[in-house]
Amino acid sequence: MPNVDYDVRIKTEGPRPPLVRGPVALNMNSLGEADVFGAEPKISARCVNFYYGSKRALNNISIDFSPRRVTSIIGPSGCGKSTFIRLLNRMHELVPGSRLEGEILLDGMDILSPACDAAELRKRVGMVFQKPNPFPKSIFENIAYGLEVNGFTGRNLIEEKVVDSLKKAALWGEIKDRLKDSALGLSGGQQQRLCIARCLAVSPEVILFDEPCASLDPISTAKIEELILELKKDYTIVIVTHNMQQAARVSDQTAFFLMGDLIETGRTDRIFKAPRDKRTEDYITGRFG
Amino acid sequence: MNRKKERLIKYLFTALAFSSLVFLIGIVLVLFKEALPIFSRVSLHDFLLGESWYPTAEPPEFGILPLILASLWVTLGALVICVPLGVGSALYLHELAGPRQRALLKPVIEILASVPSIVYGFFGMVILAPFLQNAFDLPIGLCALTTSIILGVMATPTVASIAEDALSYVPRSFREASFAVGADRWQTLTKVIIPAAGSGISTAIILGMSRAIGETMTVLMVAGGSAVIPHSVFDPVRPMTAAIAAEMGEASVGSDHYHALFAIALILFLITFVFNIAAELISRRFRLKLGLSR
Repeated sequence: MPNVDYDVRIKTEGPRPPLVRGPVALNMNSLGEADVFGAEPKISARCVNFYYGSKRALNNISIDFSPRRVTSIIGPSGCGKSTFIRLLNRMHELVPGSRLEGEILLDGMDILSPACDAAELRKRVGMVFQKPNPFPKSIFENIAYGLEVNGFTGRNLIEEKVVDSLKKAALWGEIKDRLKDSALGLSGGQQQRLCIARCLAVSPEVILFDEPCASLDPISTAKIEELILELKKDYTIVIVTHNMQQAARVSDQTAFFLMGDLIETGRTDRIFKAPRDKRTEDYITGRFG
Repeated sequence: MNRKKERLIKYLFTALAFSSLVFLIGIVLVLFKEALPIFSRVSLHDFLLGESWYPTAEPPEFGILPLILASLWVTLGALVICVPLGVGSALYLHELAGPRQRALLKPVIEILASVPSIVYGFFGMVILAPFLQNAFDLPIGLCALTTSIILGVMATPTVASIAEDALSYVPRSFREASFAVGADRWQTLTKVIIPAAGSGISTAIILGMSRAIGETMTVLMVAGGSAVIPHSVFDPVRPMTAAIAAEMGEASVGSDHYHALFAIALILFLITFVFNIAAELISRRFRLKLGLSR
């Protein structure tokens, strides 16, 4: 596949459509536009508007997420970044009175169409929440739950998958003797890795992290970040974060949201070194936010 | 001046708050004082397990087993009614009802709780008892079944509102976590929400039981009043509360009969006391389990 220097427009809001300069392959997505990383996007959002009641929370968002890459979504509180990633596995449907316009494609399939089952979708697009939310069950049962609801049967198979997920989530070594203990006895960081393991157990293709380190100490945060870098070999990852250093450390692509608009998106190094929009620059240099 | 006033207010409210304690101690003391003399006439064993209650016969017999069993029998029957109704309503309100249905049903359930028990009693006597008498071809409509149905309906609001509280204490994050691994609504409800709210729901059921076992006016009106050990749901019965209410007026103060009735009240008090302690312990475990307080 030839890598060429190629100027490509990426889809952002802003006065002047910014350009990404760099080696980009010629793979095209469904709209005939090349992705920043030159691959077919795993998820594409097209012209997404989102409303809570009559209040518009997201304006015309279009963005692609490449497979096996980490995309971080940054922006000040209330900019719509958490709202946005909750659309990607239709968690917004739990909020009564919300309305979504536009198109979100997972491998080219419209996830918003009535033909797409939300439970099936969430199996493929897992989510880790801001506050660790293990069930008040044992460590083992926490992970087995996802398998059971998805129709896995057989003690051995479930056990094998539980152990495997715990290993992938870098938690196995710490808790292997305590599988029967309540998950609520774990530390915050361990609980969050348990939630990641629970998510991994059902073999998702995409993992959405909604500020996963917001309630964790720096050491636990470092462990989660390390884990994210490890996981991106196999999964497409989208992470919402308040922490710009975190975005810089873990992500390949960064998207900056402000007041419901996607201001700018591109390769993380480029966004941090040479932001094209004044507002992005102001935010990442700490002038507001 | 100000400080003095503040201190005064503090004492006033302390006194008000502690008055409950004084009342409770007073009640317990009186119960014990008036109940104990009967045990010089009959042993505790004969009192609790004696099968005949003929307090005015000569010689009188003070066996309250028929009364205890009658109370438990109608309470058990009431549970069969109020658990599905109450827990079902709570699940509907919490899971399925839209804002409009909630706005209608919650006040309705509260009003059901505030209907005076004499009205339930009337309803049981005038409508339900004749209906059951016809339907099952009974010699008398005032029986354990009638009582259980009425008590069950009376306890439903208690069960429904406490169970609904228990469900709403389950953090939303559990629901999100369950949906996020691909569970559907039914799986989330049965495998996450109900187990998490389980002890809260048990508390609701126990408090519903206490409500049913302590109810007096209704059972006096519809239970049939016969002090024999019940063998079927169609037997007329005389629960403990009904016996006390019916006989206290005719028992002369200080007589054995009078003390026996106090002893029944004491037993009843102990039963509901145990229920309430159990409810409290279970709900404490529930809060702990949800990590609400440690």
